[in-house]
Amino acid sequence: MMEQHEHIVRSYEEELALLNNTIARMGGLAEQVLGQAIEALERRDAELAGATIKQDEEIDELQRQIEAEAVVMIARRQPMAYDLRQIMAALRISIDLERIGDLGKNIAKRAVAVVMEQQPKQLMLGLKHMGELALGQLKDVLDAFIERDADRALKVWYKDEEIDAMYNSLFRELLTYMMEDPRNIGLCTHLLFGAKNIERIGDHATNIAETVYYLVHGTAIVDERPKGDTTSSTPVALKRSAV
Amino acid sequence: MEAKVAPQPAVQTPAPPVPKAKEGASPAEQRELKMKTSNVNLWYGEKQALFDVDLEIFDRSVTALIGPSGCGKSTFLRCLDRMNDVIDGCRVTGDIRLDGQDIYAPNVDPVQLRARVGMVFQKPNPFPKSIFENVAYGPRIHGLCSTKAELEEVVVGSLTRAGLFEEVKDRLHEPGTGLSGGQQQRLCIARAISVNPEVLLMDEPCSALDPIATARIEDLMEELKEQLCIVIVTHSMQQAARVSQRTAFFHLGKLIEVDQTSTIFTNPKEQRTQDYITGRFG
Repeated sequence: MMEQHEHIVRSYEEELALLNNTIARMGGLAEQVLGQAIEALERRDAELAGATIKQDEEIDELQRQIEAEAVVMIARRQPMAYDLRQIMAALRISIDLERIGDLGKNIAKRAVAVVMEQQPKQLMLGLKHMGELALGQLKDVLDAFIERDADRALKVWYKDEEIDAMYNSLFRELLTYMMEDPRNIGLCTHLLFGAKNIERIGDHATNIAETVYYLVHGTAIVDERPKGDTTSSTPVALKRSAV
Repeated sequence: MEAKVAPQPAVQTPAPPVPKAKEGASPAEQRELKMKTSNVNLWYGEKQALFDVDLEIFDRSVTALIGPSGCGKSTFLRCLDRMNDVIDGCRVTGDIRLDGQDIYAPNVDPVQLRARVGMVFQKPNPFPKSIFENVAYGPRIHGLCSTKAELEEVVVGSLTRAGLFEEVKDRLHEPGTGLSGGQQQRLCIARAISVNPEVLLMDEPCSALDPIATARIEDLMEELKEQLCIVIVTHSMQQAARVSQRTAFFHLGKLIEVDQTSTIFTNPKEQRTQDYITGRFG
């Protein structure tokens, strides 16, 4: 990427910095929501889950703030080139982060729903591991944004496959549990949705990676992203023979 | 503006084949090449103002020349119709071709050339004559009309194309200098297009106009580019972004970067271009 000199108009520089800082704050909150949601689910901690649900409101508020700032900047500054890409990137990333917040909130809600259920350890471990992976992806991609590091963003983009693979195996495992004993269905359905939410968070992290790449290079990533989530085409009958 | 030599056809040298646009090139580059400059250097006395400028200008499109004051963009524009010829101590080297023909060849009559390559200036400069006479002047000296009716047709046609006729049809014989700034500029455009030029050079045509008059001129450019090749020098990046298909960035007498306008304003390749268009210290 070319060197970024300072703007002649200082207030423009300040506005762009503010936009960046707001994204960073939003990203920090999204990480927190996701981390807490998984913890609440694992520890069956309804209180933590409740606090997490509330925290998502703050993310929504920041998203509205970024949108308003970006619109005003476009109107007043008529941004060009890298500035334009910075503002477009902030808008897009804020939308992805807002969705990540929603998905995190959703996991927290499910944590509340399954508080009374007996949880099979192995399943929870899988879910937790998947959540950690998604959290790592989110951290990496936000660092890539702050540092304008397209290579790091690209790594996140490729790594999403791992989350997909994990989701596939969790999906199969949950199906097996449900088939073993119908009393598991309630819990397993919640966990399945939780896993799906984490998988979606991974997808939003790859969206952000694409945005960071565009921000730095001004072009889209050309490579075909490996698509790892095959659950939508997994036949259930196949599992029955395995039981 | 009497020509010293008898008017000759503007160019006579045999035309080399016009290079075909590259395959897979973006739409603006698929347009036909109209003008091409190679290795253009220019001196005002001892001071060199242009350095090895290579630029391709395509037909039926708008090419914008941008850059900070003194970067040579206006100087370069004035090379394209040999307007620099009249400046003392100005020396041009290199090759400038219109439809593949050298416009600096000894047998080219600059007056005839300027009928093919018209120019509109920053400050509207109508002749101190009537609106009608302003537009009729060109066709008359170039002998384009044989009858009065024909001349009238050309004048009305040019004023209509310049989007001015409706506003002035009842006062064609009043002085052109009595019009508003925006109207005067459109009158100058009508005057420039009355001799059916192939290329229209515009040197900051809107810098003295308000936003409404500017919008009228920009709308007019959009229409005119369907038939001719337009090159505009502008200090307004937004204007370049709005009206042009290709943008060339000049800095310190050098052509730094030329590309599709959409590329220049979203993803320029050169640091200096980016610093300039985003308003940064370079």
